[in-house]
Amino acid sequence: MAVESVGAQPARVAFYNDPKVRSIAYQVVLCVLVVLVFYWATTNALDNLQRAHVASGLGFWHQAAGFDISQTLIDYSASVSTYGTAFWVGLLNTLLVGVLGIILSTILGFTIGISRLSKNWLLSKVATGYVETIRNIPLLLQLLFWYNAVLKALPDIRDSHKLFGSYLNNRGLFVPEPLSEPGFGFVESALAIGIVIAVAFYYWARKRQMATGQQAPVALVSLALVVGLPLVVFFVLGMPLHFDLPQLGRFNLTGGLALQPEFVALLLGLSIYTAAFIAEVVRAGILAVSHGQTEASYSLGMKPGPTLRLIIVPQAMRVIVPPLTSQYLNLIKNSSLAVAVGYPDLVQVFTGTVLNQTGQALEVVAITMLVYLFISLVTSFLMNIYNSRVKLVER
Amino acid sequence: MKRVIGVVALAAAVFVAQGASAQTLKQVKDRGVLNCGANTGLAGFSLPDAQGKWTGLDVDVCRAVAAAVLGDSTKVKYVPLSAKDRFTALQSGDVDLLARNTTWTESRDTTLGLNFTGVNYYDGQGFMVRKSLKVNSALELNGASVCVQQGTTTELNLADYFRANKMQLKSVTFADADQTVKAYDAGRCDAFTTDASGLYSERLRLAKPDDHIVLPEIISKEPLGPSVRHGDDQWFDIVKWVGFAMIDAEDLGVDSKNVDEMLKSANPEIRRLLGVEGNFGEQLGLTKDTFYKIIKQVGNYGESFDRNVGSGSALKIDRGLNKLWSKGGIMYAPPIH
Repeated sequence: MAVESVGAQPARVAFYNDPKVRSIAYQVVLCVLVVLVFYWATTNALDNLQRAHVASGLGFWHQAAGFDISQTLIDYSASVSTYGTAFWVGLLNTLLVGVLGIILSTILGFTIGISRLSKNWLLSKVATGYVETIRNIPLLLQLLFWYNAVLKALPDIRDSHKLFGSYLNNRGLFVPEPLSEPGFGFVESALAIGIVIAVAFYYWARKRQMATGQQAPVALVSLALVVGLPLVVFFVLGMPLHFDLPQLGRFNLTGGLALQPEFVALLLGLSIYTAAFIAEVVRAGILAVSHGQTEASYSLGMKPGPTLRLIIVPQAMRVIVPPLTSQYLNLIKNSSLAVAVGYPDLVQVFTGTVLNQTGQALEVVAITMLVYLFISLVTSFLMNIYNSRVKLVER
Repeated sequence: MKRVIGVVALAAAVFVAQGASAQTLKQVKDRGVLNCGANTGLAGFSLPDAQGKWTGLDVDVCRAVAAAVLGDSTKVKYVPLSAKDRFTALQSGDVDLLARNTTWTESRDTTLGLNFTGVNYYDGQGFMVRKSLKVNSALELNGASVCVQQGTTTELNLADYFRANKMQLKSVTFADADQTVKAYDAGRCDAFTTDASGLYSERLRLAKPDDHIVLPEIISKEPLGPSVRHGDDQWFDIVKWVGFAMIDAEDLGVDSKNVDEMLKSANPEIRRLLGVEGNFGEQLGLTKDTFYKIIKQVGNYGESFDRNVGSGSALKIDRGLNKLWSKGGIMYAPPIH
């Protein structure tokens, strides 16, 4: 109460003219309306489905699926697995291509984005050409190109390209699968120990540099610990590893690890397409850092490499991360184009075959939408955490 | 496309106050055109030619229903549907009738909200392989990659067959028939599987049809037939009896060429079929001469078969099981009485 007229009662306003009461009333009405519409839509849908004798509910989840899936990360067999398992198979395939796509497109995108700003004329023009070509062609066409024009043009299985026991043909890439023998556990432990020591060394070296200004060869030492140590143990133990080589059978190659062309086409298409957008985001981020920062760094005697790594990129990340997040989300959602090249992702397996076999469009489509929403929200959440670490901290 | 239809179905189910029930005949008459769900392209069953004119055994079902209901077999709008979109399109009311080489199964009849009106082609699933593989039997396919279309009974039978015979299967699935055939043609798979009629039809589309053979095994029963939405008995009866009338016509020797002479026939069965005697078309809610119009405009079942898939077509499929019951097959229709 900042002002109160002396002697007179404050003018009483009718309660329905009170802005506070009004705003609460509006919100209550809106809430009730939303709930009513939602209730009506649900009951109406159930009514209609019942009248049309379309099965409803989630009972199908535990029924036997009976169809085969070409790429499964978990145990799945047409005879015993359920539609529920098929859902997880599809989801994991989506996540696999999503995660690998994010990693590949980030590496490629940062390389191209930085190359575009290079003083090397050829390099920057090639990078510009890449960005302008790739981002102006629809993704679906690019996927079809990779699948139909590139991968299907590989030789037939009987004329495979062979190299070191690997086979490349129009059914994919088949490589020897390493199988561990007893004693390989020591190599794995050596790797774990190497990583732990390398991390410790990194912190020690940084602390020492802070205190004394002396630099330590962190990269070399880490390499020796992480790669060298397990290798030494590996050879000392007499190479406890053998390879399962792919064998050409009557129809197919059996054994070894197989990378299917459907997967490769989708991964390549998604990574290459998204990298073009990430490159532009990175370029914008770097250009947003004032040129004075570079000059200041040079005048302190830093070389171009460390200047980029230690001065420019950390500041550019503040600008890069939010749009980078939306590129990641795009990549995950675009992975549903898998259906065009026959890769068994969530949409192909669940919204495709399962929907058709069960006929329960409502449930299946709703579940798929929720799953994509959930994946996207988790990705955003993780990127927001990272963003809060790199953003400008005001002191 | 599939997601569009999925979402349309969802929206339709949620927001349409009155589900389409018992209204189909009136809707079709008001609209003046029959919406018929067809294959995206399967020679002999439903395929548009260069002028956009659709022909095929399934297309003839659509034409016959249009002739019966609207009096004109050309008043059909064909909606091309992939295998996995077809049921959603029928459920959501996008099409009045689904005539798209669809196998009649228990679960489809009961849980998908549709009714099969009969069988217009008795089929079975087979395999096609390259001759160069020197495979003579489907039982030799252990470890083979098989291209198959998604959302079909074929996909399920394939897994069943390999499991039952203890063979290793590597299936590669695609959303539409075109992609599946292309992948097989490019060598992505050793074998291609679909209904036997489809194998003969798709073989014509391969780069070198003569390099491929169809294996002798038929691994399943595939009674193909049209279907309608559950809950509209009048419409169900109409589509059912359009199919029966075409078979009965062949049985009685009435075809599109002699149908006008047959009007003068003394045979009471023919007189009832053609509406000279009795009011059998009217009982369906249509006109007396309903069956006459079908036979005049589309022909009897035998004519339709020969023209589209049999001896008069490029496919030259033997009639086999699809011969009339009186000629060694199992095509049989209840009498019009």
